[in-house]
Amino acid sequence: MAESAVLDPVRQKVPRLSELFLGFLGISLSGFGGVLPWARRMLVERRRWLNEREFAEALALCQFLPGPNIVNMSIIVGSRFRGIPGALSAFAGLVGVPLVIMIACGALYARYGELEALRGALAGLAAGAAGLIVAMAAKMMAPLVREGQVPAILFALAAFAAVGVLRFPLYWVVLVLAPLSVAYCFWRPK
Amino acid sequence: MRDDSPIGLFTLHLALLSLVAVGGVNTIVPELHRQVVEVSGALTDQQFADLFAIAQAAPGPNVLFVTLIGWQLAGLTGALLATAALCVPTCTITYFVTRVWDRFRDAPWRIATQAGVVPVTIGFIAASAFLIARAADDNLVALAITAATAGIAYWSQINPLWALAAAAALGLAGFV
Repeated sequence: MAESAVLDPVRQKVPRLSELFLGFLGISLSGFGGVLPWARRMLVERRRWLNEREFAEALALCQFLPGPNIVNMSIIVGSRFRGIPGALSAFAGLVGVPLVIMIACGALYARYGELEALRGALAGLAAGAAGLIVAMAAKMMAPLVREGQVPAILFALAAFAAVGVLRFPLYWVVLVLAPLSVAYCFWRPK
Repeated sequence: MRDDSPIGLFTLHLALLSLVAVGGVNTIVPELHRQVVEVSGALTDQQFADLFAIAQAAPGPNVLFVTLIGWQLAGLTGALLATAALCVPTCTITYFVTRVWDRFRDAPWRIATQAGVVPVTIGFIAASAFLIARAADDNLVALAITAATAGIAYWSQINPLWALAAAAALGLAGFV
């Protein structure tokens, strides 16, 4: 079995594949509007698969790597306990049922998306969803502003302007801005 | 890739994009929008905003936004391909990096990389917010709903799902 370096291997009980599947299924279905708080509750408080420190470590890794944090979390926790089968079980639990729900939503939308009554509801919903992501951007920006991290704010504004206003392809913006920003962080005076 | 295979092209783009999707799918929304609305014209601005909203309102990780786009482009095949394209590369990376994380967790280059990527990611998410809001808010009521939802999500502890439900109810009642 693969031992993850992230997590403490000393554990009284190793969850079965079915438990990994059901645990992450529970997270995915309770996680309306943000899954991570539920993940902490399930992994740390209810099932005690991780302690607080392990959860924080795993989360730091999730945030460092590309990909949705919660999906990375399912791979880390699943592979920690049960190797590749564990990773697949946890991932399937997290994504399987929502995937079916989402496909059903897609089918309904394709069929009824233009109905008059539904149009109104969708227009309202879309306006609301836009508000959620505005808040998300603001929450992430707030610490930079509070701490007066001017260069970081400038990098964020440049990224915003390049892809949001000028509509440059995201790849090129990443390839130009990310190395500059990382280099600044590496060499800035401590 | 040829024009008669838009889902193939989209899948390739997604697999590549997944590698820069630090934090999740919200980071790459601007590029998804550019690809499927502006370049290929497969979706309208309004459809894009609708699907984003459905993905936010439905249970599960919001990575499944790409599942919905895939479904619109090519039905079930499209939905599954899009989901796999976004998840398989990053999950594979995570699987392997997990084992060596301890070796470089405290390395200066690792910390600088993360600190440097965060502002760029924030800029992309702000761009996502701008593009989605521009697509969704074609009147003052919609703009007010966006502002109110943003305020609730930013300042209060209320589950944002309630705000979404209220927004949908206002729309259903014909106000938007």
